[in-house]
Amino acid sequence: MKQFLTALALGASAVFASGAADAATLDQVKQKGFLQCGVSTGLPGFSNPDAKGEWTGLDVDLCRAVAAAVFDDPTKVRFSPLTAKDRFTALQSGEVDILSRNSTWTLSRDATQGLNFTATNYYDGQGFLVRKSLGVKSAMELNGASVCTQSGTTTELNVADFFRSNNLQYEVVAFQGQEETLKAYESGRCEVFTSDQSQLYALRLKLADKDEHVILPELISKEPLATAVRQGDDQWFDIVKWVHYGMLNAEEAGITSQNVKDMLNSPNPDIKRMLGAEGNFGEQIGLTKDWLVRIVSKVGNYGEAFDRSVGKGSPLQIERGKNALWTKGGLQYGPPIR
Amino acid sequence: MAITHEGPAPAARPPSTSSIWNDARFRGNVAQVVVVVVVALALGAMVWNAQENLSNQRIASGFGFLDQTAGFGLNQTLIPYSESSSYGRALLVAILNTLLVAVVGIVFATILGFLVGVGRLSKNWMVRKVCTVYVEVTRNLPLLFHILFWYLAVLAAMPAARNSYSIFGEVFLNNRGVYIPRIVFGEGSLVGFVALGIAIVGAIALNRWSTARREKTGQQFPVFWTSVAMLVALPLIGFALVGFPLTIETPVLRGFNFVGGSRLLPEFAALVVALSIYTGGFIAEIVRAGIKAVSHGQSEAAASLGLKPSLSTRLVVIPQAMRVMIPPLTSQYLNLTKNSSLAAFIGYPELVQVFAGTTLNQTGQAIEIIAITMGCYLVISLVTSLFMNWYNRRVALIER
Repeated sequence: MKQFLTALALGASAVFASGAADAATLDQVKQKGFLQCGVSTGLPGFSNPDAKGEWTGLDVDLCRAVAAAVFDDPTKVRFSPLTAKDRFTALQSGEVDILSRNSTWTLSRDATQGLNFTATNYYDGQGFLVRKSLGVKSAMELNGASVCTQSGTTTELNVADFFRSNNLQYEVVAFQGQEETLKAYESGRCEVFTSDQSQLYALRLKLADKDEHVILPELISKEPLATAVRQGDDQWFDIVKWVHYGMLNAEEAGITSQNVKDMLNSPNPDIKRMLGAEGNFGEQIGLTKDWLVRIVSKVGNYGEAFDRSVGKGSPLQIERGKNALWTKGGLQYGPPIR
Repeated sequence: MAITHEGPAPAARPPSTSSIWNDARFRGNVAQVVVVVVVALALGAMVWNAQENLSNQRIASGFGFLDQTAGFGLNQTLIPYSESSSYGRALLVAILNTLLVAVVGIVFATILGFLVGVGRLSKNWMVRKVCTVYVEVTRNLPLLFHILFWYLAVLAAMPAARNSYSIFGEVFLNNRGVYIPRIVFGEGSLVGFVALGIAIVGAIALNRWSTARREKTGQQFPVFWTSVAMLVALPLIGFALVGFPLTIETPVLRGFNFVGGSRLLPEFAALVVALSIYTGGFIAEIVRAGIKAVSHGQSEAAASLGLKPSLSTRLVVIPQAMRVMIPPLTSQYLNLTKNSSLAAFIGYPELVQVFAGTTLNQTGQAIEIIAITMGCYLVISLVTSLFMNWYNRRVALIER
């Protein structure tokens, strides 16, 4: 129903809205006084309400960082929980300003959905979760299995490709929401639950008998989980992109939420530029000079956000792996701020 | 006293020179043309504006996507479908799955509704109360709960494939659904099917002949039992002639699941059960109201003519009750069809799940896809109500 309403809203806005280009998103956000951020309906580590009802997670932190950069206040964010089916329509129709919801960056989404992916917040790949009691050690042993997945995801397509290219029989059972999918897997409807591996780690925590389930070693796809904004607003695109790169650069330069105030006096020219002591780099993208100070002091650098959301400081205990900085053998690479 | 006109005669109305605008019919036609033109222009402007906005926002539009490769799998396909089929093909599969649920659901809901509706009028206190409780419980709970209950509660109670409940080693019941043996028709089976066809035609002819004879002479003929005998015996003889070329394929456990035989998806079963039970509650009330609407004098008259109670119900009360029941029954059938869209919550691959869900998300063409989906439901519903209206006219009281 929600899906239908969102589609209808998009239809109505497309049908009735005037042809003129939308006003700049940054101005709209400043005018309303908060950032509307599209997140998942509850995925531990990425976007999930905690015991107090506060949204937390790596995807949430990106929205908080954008709010910190714009308002100097990371709490000026309102969250819209979106299912996989609703997410792009919600962004297209203007329901959210930014989509930070573990969405895979693909060519067709970038080209035809009226959106632009800014940067990869988390490098992921699709994996399989099975019961230990099945005695399966590899995905190649899954011939004839039933696979539960969420409909409208790249996962649904990858799983079809994987079984087809390996000549394995399978049955796909696709559900609308993550909750329904997990429940069906738990009740034994499927041997296999498939999703991005990070999600499997997170969702395994939700299972009653979580030690009875194991994640198979194979990754069957590339899933760069990226943040997206509406196409056609280059300023907003730049802001969201550079907030992420800013957090990466801060981590690389060793600027943390603890030492950012001291770093303001650093003699290092790189750090001077980043923190606005030299030049006006923040102003060039429509923010303030101290944009990165705001972000790092209120939200932290990328490494801090990673550790407390999905890494060592969280129940998920995911290694940095591909998400380590490029200097440490990973893929996260922030272009220079100069 | 006669009233006469005195004084000057009233001015004569010159009919030929009157403005054409004074003609009510002409004015009506002009108004209709204007309304149609305005509506058409408004629609045209909306479509044009939508296209313009979509292309400004760089969102793909048009119906070309229907030919593109879908790339996703579906677990219930009544027509051949694979991952390399097109989105259009996936749409067709989804429509057929929706129709299957609707038709099977309507049949079960009707049977259930009739039994319970008649049961509510039973003279037996127990039967009456059980039926009342059924009606009050089913129609006062939201349908989504019915569906989730039958899916999750029943699924959780079922064993895994390796520990299936087995009935005589032929039928298997587990959390993957119900597996039943399938009859595979070998060479020469055509003879048997031809015999079945002859039996069906024969039964229809027999029915017509006996009706005509009864109306003429009043003599009864046991049409029902003769027809049943014919429908069983003729195909049997047909297959016997060619030496029974039938083999039975029993489902066997191989790997994780059973292979062979026919399979009923648990999603399908849960959806049909939930829709039938829910809609059955409403139909029961319609049936009860229909029977109550036939005045008591009718059955008394039938009794005084010497008709047995069973005959009086079948020949006098039910035909009159049908007239009252058909129009609300049509609404229930339409509701059931549309309600099948809730299947998206339990992963049954029907229209909303496959097309307005997966396909919409893979292609991002929300406007086209929602329009097609609405169009499909509209056509299905209109065809259903056309059929029911035709049936309604047939059973309507023919007044002479």
